Amino acid sequence: MTIDGVEYVVRFENVGLRYGLGPEVLQDISFALEPGSFHFLVGPSGAGKSSLLKLMYLALKPTRGLISLFGHDIAITRRGDLPGLRRRVGVVFQDFRLLPHLSTFDNVALPLRVAGGRESDIEKNVVELLSWVGLKDHLKARPPTLSGGQQQRVAIARAVIARPKLLLADEPTGNVDDRMAMRLMHLFEELNKLGTTVVIATHNEGLVNRMGHSCLRLEDGWLEVRGPDSGSAGQTVAAGLSPSILGGAVGRKPESAA
Amino acid sequence: MFGHRSDLPLDKDPLSRFLPWLIAFMVYLAVLALAGALVLNAVIVRWDRGVTGTLTVQIAPLERPPSVSAADARADEERRQKAVLDLLRSVPEVARAEALDDQRLMALLEPWLGTTEVAEDLPLPGLVDVELKPGTSLDAAALGARLAKAVPGTSIDDHKIWLERLVRLIRMVEAVASVVLMFIGLATVGTVVFATRTGLAVHQEAIEVLHLIGAQDSYVAQQFARRALVLGLRGGLVGLVLAVPTLFGISYLAAHLEAGLLPDVDMGPAHWLALISMPLAAALIAMVTARMTVMRTLARML
Repeated sequence: MTIDGVEYVVRFENVGLRYGLGPEVLQDISFALEPGSFHFLVGPSGAGKSSLLKLMYLALKPTRGLISLFGHDIAITRRGDLPGLRRRVGVVFQDFRLLPHLSTFDNVALPLRVAGGRESDIEKNVVELLSWVGLKDHLKARPPTLSGGQQQRVAIARAVIARPKLLLADEPTGNVDDRMAMRLMHLFEELNKLGTTVVIATHNEGLVNRMGHSCLRLEDGWLEVRGPDSGSAGQTVAAGLSPSILGGAVGRKPESAA
Repeated sequence: MFGHRSDLPLDKDPLSRFLPWLIAFMVYLAVLALAGALVLNAVIVRWDRGVTGTLTVQIAPLERPPSVSAADARADEERRQKAVLDLLRSVPEVARAEALDDQRLMALLEPWLGTTEVAEDLPLPGLVDVELKPGTSLDAAALGARLAKAVPGTSIDDHKIWLERLVRLIRMVEAVASVVLMFIGLATVGTVVFATRTGLAVHQEAIEVLHLIGAQDSYVAQQFARRALVLGLRGGLVGLVLAVPTLFGISYLAAHLEAGLLPDVDMGPAHWLALISMPLAAALIAMVTARMTVMRTLARML
């Protein structure tokens, strides 16, 4: 599905989400991410950042609205085709979700094995990537024996090993010091330069300001969109200002709509 | 297949340790039930082969007034017996017709009447053992009618009624054995479904991760199926190993205690093959069941 000749990596249109009969945790979310763009997803705890990411990595179905991933409308995509889409998405879960019984190597190899990769290629790629994130000496270690920072790097390695077209990271710098956070951010930027669309959920606003990428702001289930280098926080960008954003702030808090 | 890497630590599930024993027990019972059915089937075939082709003609002694002397009566009976024999030997299908002598007759009656001399005075029927030429059949009823016309008081017995009853009984026992086998199969399926669901619940988090990084349902199902196959084979072999001595024990006892009742039964290689294939069948049932259970459960995920 293309609009204006661009096939968006992710496109949300009037997406709403509620759990059960509860209130909507996300309301009228509309945005689109261009290939190769880099975004932060910010907002206070409980604003729905994780829920929005879950919608993007297909762990949840929206209650209403349209979500399309790589041009596929999720609502009408056959269930059997979803794994193919998921393989093009790398996810760094907030709590890492490494499999505790598998070695570091096997954890990182998982996306390749799931996709049916050849064991010889897997070996080469996984060892190379783990060396690159500084875990060459921990190939056989199980995640519970690793430090938080090491586990985080394993989780990131697993998310990027299959060269995803879309990388979603939920608070990937939550448990590390600023220096490590910047290092990980540079890793994501490197990946972004290779063409991967990156969305990083964080509440580290200092980091966001330093990096100067486009910013999706969630507040009470509403999404506001700011372009890169847009100055002080909270300034809403009009539709079309950001090249990577379609439609600007379609979902907006009613009281701030004026 | 057995050394294959698994992403889920299924070996450490408590059920992995206990499923093989359940399957061993199921296979043990299944082998016994199947062996029973096969033995009974062999018995029917043997009886059928041994009994068809023979007839027994019974010549009931005539009632005579007491004035007739015993010697005359005996002579008369012998004359009737000879007439029956002559008629039987004139039938083309008959290979051999032999009257049982008194000694064998007494031997047949001994279990019921004892060895006392009582039997001597009883008016015993004459019995003629008839053997048909192999491969021929005969209308026993028509022959019976001819015999009764020529020599009143004769009747013919082709063992059919007796045999049919026994065969019917055995078929019923066989049917029961089949039902037992079916229940064993269902119980195995139920056990594996339960074990697999427990496994799915225990490893829910890992399965969700696999799911989210793009694993097809079959990728996850395969791991459970492979595990179930290995456990099923292991348990099935234990069950078979336990069942074989039991079978030999039973056949030893049968041969020594009831030798007269059952024809000695030896099972052919096909039968042994059927018994040996039971662990394999159990393992395949376990594998298919596990796979289907996982596929059905995962189909509920987005």
